[in-house]
Amino acid sequence: MAMLTVENLEASYGAVRALHGISIEVAEGELVALLGVNGVGKSTTLKSIMGVLRPVKGTITFEGQEITNRSPEKIVKRGISLVPEGREIFGTLTVEENLRLGAYVGFKRDRYKADLEEMFELFPILKDRFHQAGGLLSGGEQQMLAIARALMGHPKLIMLDEPSLGLSPAMTDQIFRLIVTLKERGSTILLVEQNAERALEIVDRAYLLANGQIEHAGTAEEIKRKVDVASVYFGDQTDADSCEVSL
Amino acid sequence: MIDLEFVINTLSLGSLYALLALGLVLVYGILKLVNFAYGEYIMIAGYAIYLSATLLHAPWYLTLLIAVLAAVLVSYLTELIAFRPVRSQSPNALIVTSFAVSVFLQNVVLIMVSPRARPVQLPFFFSRTIEIAGATVPLRNLLVIAVTAVLLVALSLLMKKTVVGMAMRAAADKFTTTRLMGVPANLVISTAFVISGLLAGVASIFWVSRSASVDPLTGAAPLLIAFIAVVTGGMHSTLGAVVGGFVYGLVFNLLSVTLPASMISYRDAFMFALVVVFLLFRPAGIIKRGYTEERVG
Repeated sequence: MAMLTVENLEASYGAVRALHGISIEVAEGELVALLGVNGVGKSTTLKSIMGVLRPVKGTITFEGQEITNRSPEKIVKRGISLVPEGREIFGTLTVEENLRLGAYVGFKRDRYKADLEEMFELFPILKDRFHQAGGLLSGGEQQMLAIARALMGHPKLIMLDEPSLGLSPAMTDQIFRLIVTLKERGSTILLVEQNAERALEIVDRAYLLANGQIEHAGTAEEIKRKVDVASVYFGDQTDADSCEVSL
Repeated sequence: MIDLEFVINTLSLGSLYALLALGLVLVYGILKLVNFAYGEYIMIAGYAIYLSATLLHAPWYLTLLIAVLAAVLVSYLTELIAFRPVRSQSPNALIVTSFAVSVFLQNVVLIMVSPRARPVQLPFFFSRTIEIAGATVPLRNLLVIAVTAVLLVALSLLMKKTVVGMAMRAAADKFTTTRLMGVPANLVISTAFVISGLLAGVASIFWVSRSASVDPLTGAAPLLIAFIAVVTGGMHSTLGAVVGGFVYGLVFNLLSVTLPASMISYRDAFMFALVVVFLLFRPAGIIKRGYTEERVG
């Protein structure tokens, strides 16, 4: 049975309909990607799951319980964590304080220290920057902090919104390697990416979005076979290593 | 002219204004709402002193405690009843609501108590003066400095050392992201209103002690001062509010000693003219921003 089930999700920004009935599933331990160009509704889907945006129609079920229309703080408590687009680090708070707030849900003093040590192992740079303001970190460091902050809450499902956006190719490689590491450690991950080619190298399954609807769904291999058909959705094919720039 | 007496008077006026400004900016930081009902929390606290002294014959320390609690309670309740239901609507709805709350509270005391001013009895030692190095200073002025210092230290500890404080700083920066950490939006906002009410209550004690009376419009002047101090100090940080409060007090007292006697009554006009000129050259205020800009790279 799927951990997360989204059925016929419709969402809109005012009068503008952004999603026209999206259905996706994520099973425990899976790494699933939502792919598509800018503005097709990938982030909207994540925001709707998270309760930041109220869906117009559709149901969202997590671990067998419906969570549609719940507040973000309630949904975080259930075990879903979103690493938002643009990282959204608290710039005036130190790295330490960012991580402490990440551990807000279900905080336990005895495991907090161990969790921090674990984060330092995954992201050694955070140990060096521990007492610095989050706003002083580089883009890549902020992305690591955003992921570490989400992990501190021990989420059952972690949703990453464009983690490679605006990062250098080397840093993008590092982030993608990290996502693989997280999966190997047993995390369930829903990844949103414009960089479809890179994402398809690491995910189990993927959904391809276009105009607020799912165009293709299948395993990474199946989607790759359809790449030529759907090449229009993949942006620039000539330079796969270049980081995507939003239009 | 600039002697010890001037320094102490300036510090005490600055302290009072800093308290006023801080209470306003705490709510602004999180809700992006200039709460125009803030002056009414100060007015309500004044009435709480009057009513607890006349009806309950409470001793002075109880009247002060009741005053602060009343301001906290009214601040908390206005958030719960008036602001929370319209919060998800437009920012305009919030600001119009704050005017409505302000008018409502003024009319409550106007109808329930009286449109006329009521005497407020303050502790006997407020009007005492003491001599420090040849300067004669009202004890009240020293008290406000001490109380403000204690509150500033306590507030800064709360914001830095407690998780709720961290969450409030985070929410002032990125509200939705703070909720993504699992921090309840209502908790952060209620806390901001409670602290705002606390500061209004404490400031009220010293504010009404100057005229020793309270009327339904008592809140208007401190609201205006708080607003100007916040705008000149910088709206994006609590530090800006405190600095703005002290600068306001300093400039006001400098005008008091430098203006000729015939022009003293135009002190406020000079004050506002200075603020307008200052904001023309530095619209962001003295402390430009409380948050660091994101580095790209």
